[in-house]
Amino acid sequence: MYQYIAKRVLLVIPTLFGAAALVFILMRLIPGDICVVRLGAGGGRFDEHAINLCHAENGMDRPLIVQFLSFVWGFCHFDFGISMWSGKPVSLEILTRVPISLEIALLATVIAILIAIPLGTISALKQNTWIDVLVRTVAIGGIATPSFWLGIISILLVLDVTNAITGTPWMPPIEYVPIWQDPVRNLEMAFLPAVTVGYRYAAVSMRMTRSAMLEVLREDYIRTARAKGLVEKLIINRHALKNALLPVVTVIGIEFAFLIGGLVVTEQVFNLNGIGRLFVQAVQNQDYTLTQALVMLTVAIFVLTNLVVDLFYAWLDPRIRFA
Amino acid sequence: MSTTSHSDIAVPAIADDEEQIRRSIWQTTLHFCRREPLGAFGMLIVLIIAFAGFTAELIAPYSPTSNDFASMTEAPSWTHLLGTDQFGRDLLSRIIFGARTALIVGLSSAIVGGVAGLVLGVASAYFGGKLDLVFQRIFDVVMAFPLIIMALAMVSIFGTGMHNVIIAITIPLIPRCARVVRSSALAIREIPYVDAARACGYSHARIILRHMVPNVMAPFLIMLTAFVGQAILAEASLSYLGLGVQEPTPAWGLMLQGGAEEYASTAPWIAIFPGLAIALTVFGVSLFGDALRDVLDPKLRER
Repeated sequence: MYQYIAKRVLLVIPTLFGAAALVFILMRLIPGDICVVRLGAGGGRFDEHAINLCHAENGMDRPLIVQFLSFVWGFCHFDFGISMWSGKPVSLEILTRVPISLEIALLATVIAILIAIPLGTISALKQNTWIDVLVRTVAIGGIATPSFWLGIISILLVLDVTNAITGTPWMPPIEYVPIWQDPVRNLEMAFLPAVTVGYRYAAVSMRMTRSAMLEVLREDYIRTARAKGLVEKLIINRHALKNALLPVVTVIGIEFAFLIGGLVVTEQVFNLNGIGRLFVQAVQNQDYTLTQALVMLTVAIFVLTNLVVDLFYAWLDPRIRFA
Repeated sequence: MSTTSHSDIAVPAIADDEEQIRRSIWQTTLHFCRREPLGAFGMLIVLIIAFAGFTAELIAPYSPTSNDFASMTEAPSWTHLLGTDQFGRDLLSRIIFGARTALIVGLSSAIVGGVAGLVLGVASAYFGGKLDLVFQRIFDVVMAFPLIIMALAMVSIFGTGMHNVIIAITIPLIPRCARVVRSSALAIREIPYVDAARACGYSHARIILRHMVPNVMAPFLIMLTAFVGQAILAEASLSYLGLGVQEPTPAWGLMLQGGAEEYASTAPWIAIFPGLAIALTVFGVSLFGDALRDVLDPKLRER
């Protein structure tokens, strides 16, 4: 077990290092000189001296390998440099926006799990009935529907329904209030975006639950449990679901990392000032220091989530631990 | 079979002559429709959208780019079946032309990314050893970037526009395909006919292309359909963010940008129809892909 953990943890290092190298190379592939683009953006005139000053400011006058090592070192202690657009430290820009994105991501996960596991199980138990077809259709719908469109439509619906009932249209608040200050207002703001990104999440997990459940229900030990006259509820809960949940946990973990991608567009729809929106702004403003920091952050979250899932999986399934 | 060569033995299910191949394609299609009605329904949706995209000039009632300021944000009516947007452009025509954009981006990213992944995945499994290890680590690194994040990073480098969007979506798809194909190819490498081909002295390229690639077609085709859906969604997301296809090219995601939210309460059709087009297309592709998986993957048969 310890050997497995050590091997798995060590594997994280080359992946993160490779990702850092890739991000570093990609950001240097940008055609033209970033400083020229930036100084020329306002339409003003600038001379050689201004460009040199800008290069020195961003550390671009140093050799590439030194730049790369300082980039990696900065990443190790959460120092990503200064945002080229706002002039504030990148880590500060990110930290102020983490709570709202994290809250929506967690809420979406809870919603997805609450929907996916019961519906996926029912779908597998009632295979090929109308319930199964309905659940599968809803699940494919979740994969097919773009989250930003779902967001627009849900805002539209909420506006119309509240207008019809109360006479005044209601919109979810935009300003972030911590949940410990005003839980109602906080949830009002986070709920719709969470449902919007959670639908896809639920759909993917639901399909996984269904197919894992179907596989497990064919196992010999389920037949044995039935043969010895065990109550169906016990068979499903204790024997089938517990084993079927293994791959579902993996999917939930991997999809959690992918939520960041979903948040990029959803936060735009709901005008929320989170990580996703910051990402889009960074790309639009050609703020390369911010973009590379955010990409690295996303990759780190993805790699670490995968690590946690794998370790959890090993803990649950002895076959992996001792393989 | 008149001219039987060694390589023909290795590739299974080769029909005798052309006529039989043609008949078997029809039979397979018919059999597929009967066995997988949902998949056939998905295929029908995709075919309709593809037809609309290819014949856009002929069937669209208006030009997708001409503004008509006399009929701005008009509700659906007999003159404008799906209404008009804030510039008076006919929504139905824009959706029909948008189908072309979605299909070009979706198909070319999926096919280029898929084929590149197929070759890399099979080669990685075939050669094994150090090369495989290096490829695996590179795939690991690229896969650590969520698709849309990688695409955004690519767009920030290459800029916006249709060609760049295709590149931005293709690159993250390559390792995803290679990973799946590699694991199937690993099993195939152990089958004796690959050894036999090697013993015959065939070149690596011939063994990979004629003996291994045809045998990983099932997982490859399943991946490919999934990629088409993912690529269409990614393009729509990028265009919605203003970082994808640019005006005046009609694209579904782009149609939901500016006007859709602003006019959501007064002209909801601007927001509803383009999104419905995206969802319906990806829905069709996914239904078809699921059915294809059920047919091609023997493990999942009879489920």
